[in-house]
Amino acid sequence: MDWLYILMPIAGVKIFWPGLIILGIGVGIIGGFFGMGGAWMVTPGLNILGFPMAFAIGTDIAHMAGKSLISTMRHGKFGNVDYKLGMIMLIGTVVGFEVGAQMIMWLERLGAVEKTVRFLYLILLAFIAWMVFHDVAKRRQKQQEALKAGREVDKLATGIEWHKTFHKIKIPPMIHLKVAGIYCSAWLPIIVSFLTGWLAGILGIGGGLIRMPALIYIIGCPTHVAVGTDLFEVMISGLYGAATYTYKGRTELVAAIIMLVGASIGAQIGTVATKYIKGYGIRIAFGIAVIGCAVSIVLKMVPMYYPAYRTFFDGASTVVVLGIVAALSFYITVKMVEGAKQEVAAKKASMAKQTGSQV
Amino acid sequence: MTKLWARIAGIAAMIFLSLPDGVFAAGGGDVAPIVIVADTRNLSGIMWWWAELYNESHLYFALVTVALIPIIGVIFGVLADIIMTHIGIDLKSRDLAEH
Repeated sequence: MDWLYILMPIAGVKIFWPGLIILGIGVGIIGGFFGMGGAWMVTPGLNILGFPMAFAIGTDIAHMAGKSLISTMRHGKFGNVDYKLGMIMLIGTVVGFEVGAQMIMWLERLGAVEKTVRFLYLILLAFIAWMVFHDVAKRRQKQQEALKAGREVDKLATGIEWHKTFHKIKIPPMIHLKVAGIYCSAWLPIIVSFLTGWLAGILGIGGGLIRMPALIYIIGCPTHVAVGTDLFEVMISGLYGAATYTYKGRTELVAAIIMLVGASIGAQIGTVATKYIKGYGIRIAFGIAVIGCAVSIVLKMVPMYYPAYRTFFDGASTVVVLGIVAALSFYITVKMVEGAKQEVAAKKASMAKQTGSQV
Repeated sequence: MTKLWARIAGIAAMIFLSLPDGVFAAGGGDVAPIVIVADTRNLSGIMWWWAELYNESHLYFALVTVALIPIIGVIFGVLADIIMTHIGIDLKSRDLAEH
Protein backbone atom coordinates (compact mmCIF):
# COMPACT_ATOMS: atom_id res chain seq x y z
CA MET A 1 0.00 0.00 0.00
CA ASP A 2 3.02 2.25 -0.44
CA TRP A 3 1.43 4.02 -3.39
CA LEU A 4 -1.11 5.56 -1.01
CA TYR A 5 1.66 7.54 0.65
CA ILE A 6 3.62 10.45 -0.79
CA LEU A 7 6.87 11.88 0.50
CA MET A 8 6.54 15.60 1.16
CA PRO A 9 9.68 17.22 -0.25
CA ILE A 10 9.96 20.03 2.31
CA ALA A 11 8.51 18.59 5.54
CA GLY A 12 10.22 15.23 4.80
CA VAL A 13 7.26 13.16 6.05
CA LYS A 14 5.25 10.51 4.25
CA ILE A 15 1.60 11.46 4.04
CA PHE A 16 -1.51 9.44 3.21
CA TRP A 17 -2.56 11.47 0.14
CA PRO A 18 -6.20 10.26 -0.13
CA GLY A 19 -6.61 11.70 3.39
CA LEU A 20 -5.52 15.10 2.07
CA ILE A 21 -8.08 14.92 -0.74
CA ILE A 22 -10.90 13.92 1.66
CA LEU A 23 -9.94 16.74 4.04
CA GLY A 24 -9.85 19.12 1.08
CA ILE A 25 -13.34 18.08 -0.03
CA GLY A 26 -14.75 18.53 3.50
CA VAL A 27 -13.34 21.99 4.16
CA GLY A 28 -14.00 23.01 0.56
CA ILE A 29 -17.70 22.28 1.01
CA ILE A 30 -17.92 24.08 4.34
CA GLY A 31 -15.76 27.01 3.22
CA GLY A 32 -17.73 27.55 0.01
CA PHE A 33 -21.02 27.27 1.87
CA PHE A 34 -20.27 29.50 4.89
CA GLY A 35 -17.72 31.86 3.40
CA MET A 36 -14.83 31.13 5.70
CA GLY A 37 -11.31 29.76 5.49
CA GLY A 38 -11.99 27.09 8.09
CA ALA A 39 -8.50 26.80 9.49
CA TRP A 40 -9.90 25.63 12.84
CA MET A 41 -11.00 22.50 10.96
CA VAL A 42 -7.98 21.96 8.70
CA THR A 43 -5.09 22.35 11.12
CA PRO A 44 -6.11 19.43 13.40
CA GLY A 45 -6.83 17.32 10.31
CA LEU A 46 -3.38 17.95 8.84
CA ASN A 47 -1.86 17.24 12.22
CA ILE A 48 -3.60 13.85 12.35
CA LEU A 49 -2.29 13.00 8.89
CA GLY A 50 1.21 13.48 10.24
CA PHE A 51 2.16 17.05 9.44
CA PRO A 52 4.39 18.86 11.94
CA MET A 53 2.42 21.78 13.42
CA ALA A 54 4.65 24.43 11.82
CA PHE A 55 3.87 23.06 8.35
CA ALA A 56 0.21 22.37 9.10
CA ILE A 57 -0.55 26.10 9.52
CA GLY A 58 1.36 27.30 6.44
CA THR A 59 0.00 24.52 4.22
CA ASP A 60 -3.50 25.20 5.47
CA ILE A 61 -3.27 28.91 4.56
CA ALA A 62 -1.82 28.14 1.11
CA HIS A 63 -4.67 25.75 0.30
CA MET A 64 -7.18 28.19 1.82
CA ALA A 65 -6.14 30.90 -0.65
CA GLY A 66 -6.64 28.60 -3.65
CA LYS A 67 -9.90 27.19 -2.34
CA SER A 68 -11.33 30.63 -1.61
CA LEU A 69 -10.38 31.75 -5.10
CA ILE A 70 -12.41 28.89 -6.58
CA SER A 71 -15.39 29.68 -4.33
CA THR A 72 -15.15 33.43 -4.98
CA MET A 73 -15.16 32.84 -8.75
CA ARG A 74 -18.35 30.83 -8.42
CA HIS A 75 -20.03 33.21 -5.94
CA GLY A 76 -18.99 36.12 -8.19
CA LYS A 77 -20.86 34.58 -11.13
CA PHE A 78 -23.93 34.11 -8.93
CA GLY A 79 -23.73 37.81 -8.04
CA ASN A 80 -22.97 37.08 -4.40
CA VAL A 81 -19.77 39.15 -4.10
CA ASP A 82 -19.92 42.87 -3.34
CA TYR A 83 -16.40 43.78 -4.50
CA LYS A 84 -16.75 47.42 -3.41
CA LEU A 85 -17.68 46.37 0.12
CA GLY A 86 -14.93 43.73 0.08
CA MET A 87 -12.26 46.26 -0.90
CA ILE A 88 -13.41 48.81 1.72
CA MET A 89 -13.43 46.13 4.40
CA LEU A 90 -10.05 44.81 3.38
CA ILE A 91 -8.38 48.06 4.44
CA GLY A 92 -10.05 48.01 7.86
CA THR A 93 -9.31 44.29 8.29
CA VAL A 94 -5.57 44.64 7.55
CA VAL A 95 -5.15 47.65 9.85
CA GLY A 96 -7.28 46.04 12.58
CA PHE A 97 -5.38 42.77 12.30
CA GLU A 98 -2.01 44.48 12.64
CA VAL A 99 -3.22 46.40 15.70
CA GLY A 100 -4.57 43.15 17.22
CA ALA A 101 -1.35 41.23 16.46
CA GLN A 102 0.78 43.99 18.05
CA MET A 103 -1.55 44.10 21.03
CA ILE A 104 -1.24 40.35 21.63
CA MET A 105 2.58 40.66 21.58
CA TRP A 106 2.31 43.41 24.18
CA LEU A 107 -0.09 41.27 26.27
CA GLU A 108 2.29 38.31 26.00
CA ARG A 109 4.95 40.32 27.77
CA LEU A 110 2.48 40.74 30.64
CA GLY A 111 2.02 36.94 30.81
CA ALA A 112 -0.96 34.52 31.08
CA VAL A 113 -2.27 35.63 27.72
CA GLU A 114 -3.21 32.19 26.35
CA LYS A 115 -5.99 31.50 28.83
CA THR A 116 -7.41 35.00 28.44
CA VAL A 117 -7.44 34.70 24.66
CA ARG A 118 -9.17 31.32 24.74
CA PHE A 119 -11.80 32.60 27.15
CA LEU A 120 -12.34 35.66 24.97
CA TYR A 121 -12.71 33.40 21.94
CA LEU A 122 -15.24 31.25 23.78
CA ILE A 123 -17.30 34.26 24.88
CA LEU A 124 -17.29 35.55 21.32
CA LEU A 125 -18.36 32.19 19.88
CA ALA A 126 -21.11 31.88 22.50
CA PHE A 127 -22.33 35.36 21.56
CA ILE A 128 -22.31 34.53 17.82
CA ALA A 129 -24.20 31.26 18.41
CA TRP A 130 -26.75 33.10 20.60
CA MET A 131 -27.14 35.80 17.94
CA VAL A 132 -27.76 33.27 15.17
CA PHE A 133 -30.34 31.21 17.07
CA HIS A 134 -32.01 34.28 18.60
CA ASP A 135 -32.34 35.64 15.06
CA VAL A 136 -33.84 32.35 13.84
CA ALA A 137 -36.36 32.30 16.73
CA LYS A 138 -37.31 35.94 16.17
CA ARG A 139 -37.83 35.41 12.46
CA ARG A 140 -40.03 32.40 13.16
CA GLN A 141 -42.06 34.48 15.61
CA LYS A 142 -42.50 37.22 12.96
CA GLN A 143 -43.63 34.64 10.44
CA GLN A 144 -46.21 33.16 12.83
CA GLU A 145 -47.55 36.61 13.68
CA ALA A 146 -47.83 37.44 9.99
CA LEU A 147 -49.63 34.17 9.30
CA LYS A 148 -52.12 34.91 12.07
CA ALA A 149 -52.72 38.37 10.58
CA GLY A 150 -53.15 36.80 7.14
CA ARG A 151 -50.07 38.56 5.70
CA GLU A 152 -46.99 37.15 4.03
CA VAL A 153 -43.50 37.90 5.27
CA ASP A 154 -41.10 39.45 2.74
CA LYS A 155 -38.64 36.82 1.49
CA LEU A 156 -35.70 39.01 2.49
CA ALA A 157 -37.07 39.74 5.98
CA THR A 158 -34.84 38.86 8.93
CA GLY A 159 -35.34 38.33 12.64
CA ILE A 160 -32.68 40.59 14.12
CA GLU A 161 -32.58 43.98 12.41
CA TRP A 162 -29.72 45.76 14.18
CA HIS A 163 -28.34 46.87 10.82
CA LYS A 164 -31.33 49.21 10.35
CA THR A 165 -30.20 51.20 13.39
CA PHE A 166 -26.63 51.38 12.07
CA HIS A 167 -27.90 52.52 8.66
CA LYS A 168 -29.52 55.53 10.34
CA ILE A 169 -26.05 56.92 11.14
CA LYS A 170 -25.47 59.36 8.29
CA ILE A 171 -21.84 60.41 8.74
CA PRO A 172 -20.41 61.34 5.32
CA PRO A 173 -19.22 59.98 2.97
CA MET A 174 -22.30 57.88 2.26
CA ILE A 175 -21.90 54.88 -0.01
CA HIS A 176 -24.24 52.76 -2.06
CA LEU A 177 -23.34 49.08 -2.11
CA LYS A 178 -25.34 47.87 -5.07
CA VAL A 179 -24.84 44.11 -4.80
CA ALA A 180 -25.62 44.06 -1.08
CA GLY A 181 -28.43 46.58 -1.60
CA ILE A 182 -27.19 48.84 1.19
CA TYR A 183 -26.93 52.61 1.49
CA CYS A 184 -24.88 53.56 4.53
CA SER A 185 -22.02 55.62 5.87
CA ALA A 186 -18.62 54.42 4.58
CA TRP A 187 -17.51 54.47 8.21
CA LEU A 188 -19.79 51.55 9.06
CA PRO A 189 -17.92 48.87 7.02
CA ILE A 190 -14.57 50.50 7.87
CA ILE A 191 -15.21 50.39 11.63
CA VAL A 192 -16.79 46.91 11.52
CA SER A 193 -13.89 45.50 9.49
CA PHE A 194 -11.38 47.18 11.80
CA LEU A 195 -13.06 45.63 14.85
CA THR A 196 -13.40 42.16 13.30
CA GLY A 197 -9.80 42.37 12.04
CA TRP A 198 -8.64 43.48 15.49
CA LEU A 199 -10.46 40.55 17.13
CA ALA A 200 -9.02 38.13 14.56
CA GLY A 201 -5.54 39.52 15.26
CA ILE A 202 -5.96 39.08 19.01
CA LEU A 203 -7.40 35.58 18.68
CA GLY A 204 -4.90 34.46 16.01
CA ILE A 205 -7.60 33.36 13.57
CA GLY A 206 -8.44 34.20 9.95
CA GLY A 207 -11.63 36.00 10.89
CA GLY A 208 -14.26 34.45 8.61
CA LEU A 209 -16.06 33.10 11.65
CA ILE A 210 -16.48 36.66 13.00
CA ARG A 211 -16.75 38.60 9.74
CA MET A 212 -19.59 36.53 8.28
CA PRO A 213 -22.07 37.30 11.11
CA ALA A 214 -20.82 40.91 11.27
CA LEU A 215 -21.62 41.34 7.58
CA ILE A 216 -25.12 39.98 8.16
CA TYR A 217 -26.14 41.48 11.47
CA ILE A 218 -24.29 44.81 11.58
CA ILE A 219 -23.79 45.80 7.95
CA GLY A 220 -27.05 44.19 6.83
CA CYS A 221 -25.91 42.04 3.88
CA PRO A 222 -28.23 39.30 2.64
CA THR A 223 -26.78 35.93 3.78
CA HIS A 224 -25.63 34.90 0.27
CA VAL A 225 -23.82 38.21 -0.31
CA ALA A 226 -22.19 37.98 3.15
CA VAL A 227 -20.85 34.52 2.25
CA GLY A 228 -19.49 35.62 -1.15
CA THR A 229 -17.98 38.89 0.07
CA ASP A 230 -16.36 37.18 3.05
CA LEU A 231 -14.78 34.62 0.74
CA PHE A 232 -13.35 37.43 -1.39
CA GLU A 233 -11.63 38.74 1.74
CA VAL A 234 -10.46 35.28 2.81
CA MET A 235 -8.94 34.82 -0.67
CA ILE A 236 -6.84 38.00 -0.51
CA SER A 237 -5.85 37.58 3.13
CA GLY A 238 -5.07 33.90 2.44
CA LEU A 239 -2.66 34.84 -0.36
CA TYR A 240 -1.02 37.37 1.92
CA GLY A 241 -0.73 34.81 4.72
CA ALA A 242 0.59 32.19 2.27
CA ALA A 243 3.31 34.63 1.14
CA THR A 244 4.50 35.36 4.68
CA TYR A 245 4.40 31.72 5.83
CA THR A 246 6.09 30.44 2.67
CA TYR A 247 8.82 33.05 2.98
CA LYS A 248 9.49 31.66 6.43
CA GLY A 249 9.70 28.20 4.88
CA ARG A 250 6.58 26.72 6.50
CA THR A 251 4.46 25.77 3.51
CA GLU A 252 4.25 22.39 1.82
CA LEU A 253 2.88 23.31 -1.61
CA VAL A 254 2.67 19.69 -2.77
CA ALA A 255 0.20 18.94 0.04
CA ALA A 256 -1.67 22.18 -0.64
CA ILE A 257 -2.07 21.19 -4.31
CA ILE A 258 -3.32 17.70 -3.40
CA MET A 259 -5.79 19.28 -0.97
CA LEU A 260 -6.85 21.70 -3.70
CA VAL A 261 -7.87 18.75 -5.90
CA GLY A 262 -10.44 17.84 -3.25
CA ALA A 263 -11.19 21.44 -2.28
CA SER A 264 -12.00 22.42 -5.89
CA ILE A 265 -14.73 19.79 -5.91
CA GLY A 266 -15.84 20.63 -2.37
CA ALA A 267 -15.84 24.39 -2.96
CA GLN A 268 -18.11 23.95 -5.99
CA ILE A 269 -20.48 21.71 -4.04
CA GLY A 270 -20.60 24.17 -1.11
CA THR A 271 -21.04 27.21 -3.33
CA VAL A 272 -23.68 25.67 -5.59
CA ALA A 273 -25.53 24.43 -2.48
CA THR A 274 -26.11 28.10 -1.50
CA LYS A 275 -28.30 28.25 -4.63
CA TYR A 276 -30.67 25.65 -3.20
CA ILE A 277 -30.55 26.42 0.51
CA LYS A 278 -32.21 29.63 1.67
CA GLY A 279 -30.43 32.21 3.81
CA TYR A 280 -31.78 30.90 7.11
CA GLY A 281 -30.70 27.36 6.26
CA ILE A 282 -27.16 28.71 5.89
CA ARG A 283 -27.45 30.69 9.14
CA ILE A 284 -28.62 27.67 11.18
CA ALA A 285 -25.86 25.42 9.80
CA PHE A 286 -23.36 28.21 10.54
CA GLY A 287 -24.64 28.40 14.13
CA ILE A 288 -24.07 24.64 14.50
CA ALA A 289 -20.51 25.01 13.13
CA VAL A 290 -19.84 27.79 15.66
CA ILE A 291 -21.09 25.58 18.52
CA GLY A 292 -18.82 22.76 17.28
CA CYS A 293 -15.86 25.12 17.22
CA ALA A 294 -16.67 26.28 20.78
CA VAL A 295 -16.95 22.69 22.06
CA SER A 296 -13.57 21.82 20.53
CA ILE A 297 -12.00 24.82 22.29
CA VAL A 298 -13.53 23.82 25.63
CA LEU A 299 -12.07 20.34 25.18
CA LYS A 300 -8.68 21.90 24.39
CA MET A 301 -8.91 23.98 27.57
CA VAL A 302 -9.70 21.15 29.98
CA PRO A 303 -6.07 19.86 30.09
CA MET A 304 -4.98 23.29 31.38
CA TYR A 305 -6.66 22.22 34.63
CA TYR A 306 -6.29 18.43 34.28
CA PRO A 307 -2.95 17.86 32.50
CA ALA A 308 -3.09 14.09 33.10
CA TYR A 309 -5.99 13.79 30.64
CA ARG A 310 -4.36 15.84 27.87
CA THR A 311 -4.18 12.99 25.33
CA PHE A 312 -7.82 12.08 25.84
CA PHE A 313 -9.16 15.64 25.56
CA ASP A 314 -6.93 16.56 22.61
CA GLY A 315 -8.22 13.47 20.81
CA ALA A 316 -11.81 14.26 21.74
CA SER A 317 -11.41 17.81 20.42
CA THR A 318 -10.14 16.53 17.08
CA VAL A 319 -12.97 13.99 16.88
CA VAL A 320 -15.54 16.76 17.51
CA VAL A 321 -14.03 19.02 14.82
CA LEU A 322 -13.73 16.29 12.19
CA GLY A 323 -17.16 14.90 13.13
CA ILE A 324 -18.75 18.30 12.52
CA VAL A 325 -16.87 18.69 9.22
CA ALA A 326 -18.14 15.27 8.11
CA ALA A 327 -21.75 15.83 9.26
CA LEU A 328 -22.09 19.32 7.78
CA SER A 329 -20.38 18.29 4.53
CA PHE A 330 -22.78 15.38 4.21
CA TYR A 331 -25.82 17.61 4.84
CA ILE A 332 -24.67 20.26 2.34
CA THR A 333 -23.84 17.66 -0.32
CA VAL A 334 -27.22 15.95 0.04
CA LYS A 335 -29.03 19.30 -0.27
CA MET A 336 -26.92 20.26 -3.28
CA VAL A 337 -27.58 16.96 -5.07
CA GLU A 338 -31.32 17.17 -4.33
CA GLY A 339 -31.48 20.76 -5.60
CA ALA A 340 -29.45 20.01 -8.72
CA LYS A 341 -31.63 16.98 -9.50
CA GLN A 342 -34.78 19.10 -9.21
CA GLU A 343 -33.29 21.83 -11.38
CA VAL A 344 -32.18 19.43 -14.11
CA ALA A 345 -35.57 17.65 -14.03
CA ALA A 346 -37.42 21.00 -14.27
CA LYS A 347 -35.23 22.03 -17.20
CA LYS A 348 -35.90 18.75 -19.01
CA ALA A 349 -39.64 19.06 -18.37
CA SER A 350 -39.77 22.62 -19.75
CA MET A 351 -37.75 21.56 -22.81
CA ALA A 352 -40.12 18.64 -23.41
CA LYS A 353 -43.06 21.04 -23.11
CA GLN A 354 -41.52 23.42 -25.62
CA THR A 355 -40.81 20.70 -28.17
CA GLY A 356 -44.32 19.33 -27.58
CA SER A 357 -45.93 22.70 -28.29
CA GLN A 358 -43.78 23.16 -31.42
CA VAL A 359 -44.91 19.81 -32.78
CA MET B 1 14.64 55.44 -13.36
CA THR B 2 14.34 51.66 -13.82
CA LYS B 3 16.80 51.16 -10.94
CA LEU B 4 14.73 53.44 -8.72
CA TRP B 5 11.56 51.45 -9.49
CA ALA B 6 13.42 48.19 -8.87
CA ARG B 7 14.53 49.52 -5.46
CA ILE B 8 11.04 50.70 -4.57
CA ALA B 9 9.62 47.30 -5.59
CA GLY B 10 12.34 45.54 -3.57
CA ILE B 11 11.64 47.60 -0.44
CA ALA B 12 7.87 47.07 -0.85
CA ALA B 13 8.42 43.29 -1.15
CA MET B 14 10.64 43.32 1.96
CA ILE B 15 8.01 45.20 4.00
CA PHE B 16 5.31 42.87 2.74
CA LEU B 17 7.20 39.73 3.63
CA SER B 18 8.61 40.83 6.95
CA LEU B 19 5.30 41.67 8.60
CA PRO B 20 4.39 39.71 11.77
CA ASP B 21 4.06 35.94 11.51
CA GLY B 22 0.52 35.85 12.70
CA VAL B 23 -0.91 37.77 9.74
CA PHE B 24 -4.12 36.01 8.78
CA ALA B 25 -2.76 32.75 10.11
CA ALA B 26 -5.97 31.18 11.14
CA GLY B 27 -6.20 29.21 14.34
CA GLY B 28 -2.63 28.17 14.73
CA GLY B 29 -0.56 30.11 17.19
CA ASP B 30 3.12 30.94 16.82
CA VAL B 31 5.48 29.19 14.45
CA ALA B 32 8.45 27.51 16.07
CA PRO B 33 11.68 29.51 15.51
CA ILE B 34 13.57 26.71 13.74
CA VAL B 35 15.45 26.57 10.44
CA ILE B 36 14.31 23.67 8.29
CA VAL B 37 16.39 22.27 5.44
CA ALA B 38 14.71 19.94 2.98
CA ASP B 39 16.36 16.53 2.61
CA THR B 40 16.77 16.03 -1.16
CA ARG B 41 18.52 12.64 -1.00
CA ASN B 42 15.37 10.56 -1.54
CA LEU B 43 13.84 12.87 -4.11
CA SER B 44 13.99 12.98 -7.87
CA GLY B 45 12.62 15.02 -10.78
CA ILE B 46 10.30 17.89 -10.01
CA MET B 47 10.20 17.06 -6.28
CA TRP B 48 13.99 17.33 -6.13
CA TRP B 49 13.90 20.67 -7.99
CA TRP B 50 11.21 21.95 -5.66
CA ALA B 51 13.13 20.99 -2.51
CA GLU B 52 16.33 22.50 -3.99
CA LEU B 53 14.52 25.77 -4.67
CA TYR B 54 13.41 25.77 -1.02
CA ASN B 55 16.96 25.20 0.20
CA GLU B 56 18.45 27.83 -2.09
CA SER B 57 16.09 30.73 -1.60
CA HIS B 58 12.97 31.07 0.50
CA LEU B 59 12.16 34.27 -1.38
CA TYR B 60 12.00 32.59 -4.81
CA PHE B 61 10.22 29.65 -3.21
CA ALA B 62 7.61 32.02 -1.76
CA LEU B 63 7.20 33.92 -5.04
CA VAL B 64 6.70 30.72 -7.04
CA THR B 65 4.24 29.37 -4.43
CA VAL B 66 2.18 32.58 -4.38
CA ALA B 67 2.11 32.64 -8.19
CA LEU B 68 1.17 28.94 -8.43
CA ILE B 69 -1.72 28.97 -5.93
CA PRO B 70 -4.05 31.29 -7.92
CA ILE B 71 -3.10 29.60 -11.21
CA ILE B 72 -3.93 26.16 -9.83
CA GLY B 73 -7.09 27.56 -8.21
CA VAL B 74 -8.28 29.01 -11.52
CA ILE B 75 -7.48 25.79 -13.42
CA PHE B 76 -9.41 23.61 -10.95
CA GLY B 77 -12.21 26.17 -10.78
CA VAL B 78 -12.64 26.25 -14.56
CA LEU B 79 -12.50 22.44 -14.74
CA ALA B 80 -15.21 22.14 -12.08
CA ASP B 81 -17.26 24.77 -13.98
CA ILE B 82 -17.11 22.70 -17.14
CA ILE B 83 -18.25 19.57 -15.31
CA MET B 84 -21.11 21.36 -13.49
CA THR B 85 -22.32 23.01 -16.71
CA HIS B 86 -22.18 19.62 -18.43
CA ILE B 87 -24.42 18.17 -15.71
CA GLY B 88 -26.93 20.90 -16.52
CA ILE B 89 -26.73 23.16 -13.48
CA ASP B 90 -27.36 26.86 -14.12
CA LEU B 91 -24.25 28.55 -12.74
CA LYS B 92 -25.17 32.13 -13.56
CA SER B 93 -28.26 32.90 -11.52
CA ARG B 94 -29.75 32.23 -8.13
CA ASP B 95 -32.81 33.31 -6.21
CA LEU B 96 -31.88 35.62 -3.33
CA ALA B 97 -34.13 34.63 -0.45
CA GLU B 98 -33.68 34.37 3.31
CA HIS B 99 -36.46 31.84 3.86
